[in-house]
Amino acid sequence: MLPLFHPLMQRLDSDFDIDQDDVGFESQDKDIIPAKHAYEVDFTVYSPEEIQGHQDKQIAEVSNILGQPPEATAILLRHARWNKERLIDQYMEKTDEVLERAGLGDTADAHPPRLERIPGFVCDICCEDDADLDTFAMICGHRFCVDCYKQYLQTKIKNEGEAARIRCPGDGCNRIVDSKSLDLLVSANLKDRYQELLTRTYVDDKDHLRWCPAPNCVYAVDCRIKDKDLMRIVPTVHCECSHFFCFGCSLNDHQPAPCSLVKKWLKKCEDDSETANWISANTKECPKCHSTIEKNGGCNHMTCRKCRNEFCWMCMGVWSEHGTSWYNCNRFEEKSGHEARDAQARSRQSLERYLHYYNRYANHEQSAKLDKDIFLKTEKKMTQLQNTTGMSWIEVQFLDSASQALQQCRQTLKWTYAFAYYLARNNLTEIFEDNQKDLEMAVENLSEMFEKPIDQLQGLKVEMMDKTAYCTKRRIILLDDTAQNLKEGKSLVRSLVLVTCTNQPLGQWKFNVTLP
Amino acid sequence: MSTKRIMKEYGECVADTPEGMKINFDENKITKWEVLLDGPDQSVYALPEVLSVSVRQGGHFKLEISFPPEYPFKPPVVSFKTKIYHPNVSNDDKGSMCLGLLRAEEWKPPNKVVAVLRLIQTLLIEPNPDDAIEPSIANDYKENYKEFEKTAKEWVKRYAK
Repeated sequence: MLPLFHPLMQRLDSDFDIDQDDVGFESQDKDIIPAKHAYEVDFTVYSPEEIQGHQDKQIAEVSNILGQPPEATAILLRHARWNKERLIDQYMEKTDEVLERAGLGDTADAHPPRLERIPGFVCDICCEDDADLDTFAMICGHRFCVDCYKQYLQTKIKNEGEAARIRCPGDGCNRIVDSKSLDLLVSANLKDRYQELLTRTYVDDKDHLRWCPAPNCVYAVDCRIKDKDLMRIVPTVHCECSHFFCFGCSLNDHQPAPCSLVKKWLKKCEDDSETANWISANTKECPKCHSTIEKNGGCNHMTCRKCRNEFCWMCMGVWSEHGTSWYNCNRFEEKSGHEARDAQARSRQSLERYLHYYNRYANHEQSAKLDKDIFLKTEKKMTQLQNTTGMSWIEVQFLDSASQALQQCRQTLKWTYAFAYYLARNNLTEIFEDNQKDLEMAVENLSEMFEKPIDQLQGLKVEMMDKTAYCTKRRIILLDDTAQNLKEGKSLVRSLVLVTCTNQPLGQWKFNVTLP
Repeated sequence: MSTKRIMKEYGECVADTPEGMKINFDENKITKWEVLLDGPDQSVYALPEVLSVSVRQGGHFKLEISFPPEYPFKPPVVSFKTKIYHPNVSNDDKGSMCLGLLRAEEWKPPNKVVAVLRLIQTLLIEPNPDDAIEPSIANDYKENYKEFEKTAKEWVKRYAK
């Protein structure tokens, strides 16, 4: 358990004893009831061996029911995209059809696959006709020389990434190459790739399984969140390789913003629609020929370079109607310019609103990148600390946790801004913004400390540990609160800050965009 | 290298060239065939009027068939060197065609070039708008056949004489 000395935290803690399970650092009863927050989802991480095990188990099970050998069952299952119930149903109903479709027609008395030499054989692929040519055919009888057969399988596996549904090379034949034949023909180094691809199809075919998107990661995550729940739940999962990602969309963790908002936001940031926004906020159109004009100084008497129209920049009215007060537009109440000005103002406002959120979003993204650099320096600092102060490895771990907390908090903060951009104002928004502000302050405090020179770090250890714990706690509060509201519309008031506002009715998050 | 196979296929093509086609084969570069193809009479790609008795009726299209190093495990690549207004031929400098047999996942190693040539001919007579590479041309073909026919014929006159 970490010592907590932060004054604000003490205040919060003493106010709300009931929220012990909500604060996210180790408490004594953690071993008995693992803390489960509103923003957390259940998931399991599987290694490639475990996934293989699942497949084997299902194959064995179905093999027993269908009375088919495991090789054939594996093909059937993969062909049915691992929908075991449907496969069994269909198999019982129309066995022949199911077998035929999976490329297994008439295999009842499975001849073990073997190579043969056939007198007078000409390979239809390479056109070789040597008498000592080894040939191979599956039960469908499409016979080719063994080199061509191998080359075919290699092209499919290596270049096209196929595994579960490789068809016989014979023209028009839909028979699927079974694993015994593959064993006979495929070289050892290709077999690993083949197995890997087979495992891949298993995960790809299951809705509740997903590969960890981190580079070179071999784990898959099992999570039972339905697609339709993605509007209410942000299913961040944590892979064994330490990567946090969203199970819904495979992007990096983007709590508290739901997938659909994230998609919208990223699109918005990517689009040059904001450039158009800038143009409409900073430029005006010539009232006559509609050329876009940016005014970068000078008087209000504009002469359009294109159509020679003369107008007033202030009121957009025709210049000749200005009378004598040429350099001081006094026609502000004039209706002709009114609408143009209104549109201008609205556009400017919406741009400023976007920029407010975007700048903060981008800032945290940038800072998180810088924090990554710091993370690398951390290790160096830790070694240095150990050398100069004689602290043990375990004693300098606080830097590592601080660095990790920073990363995580910035990631969350970043997305709070995208989230907030789409929030329509109500009483919840204010609470949200308070939470956001608290977390942001805590993060900046810690971030600042982190950059102190090495010789001061030892003295700051306790304070840094406090601040790290505090950041983590603020993050949990924010996420928990947001997720809770998202999930239920009406909140079970669990967060510390929310308790202070119980006199206000708590509503659902309202977004100013329509979501699917 | 599939020299033996390509040579054999060339032999077969010469013995049994589909009507209205001519293959120019360079023994020094057997992986690129030039094919001269006349727009089939039943198609919109035939030249509208008979110029003289000795001249064939169809528009004249130049195609290139190139064999990838993995041939015959990968399909040959077809490209129209003559511009053609067709839903299944890309309207760019490549003039590529990518459907049916010509797709990697559809192609089987025993398939032959001659089948590809026949496929091209069939497609000139009857385009496949549901598997189009040029959606706008496919749309024309389906929704506004008159307009499609007009443009196609114009292009033949302009590019395929």
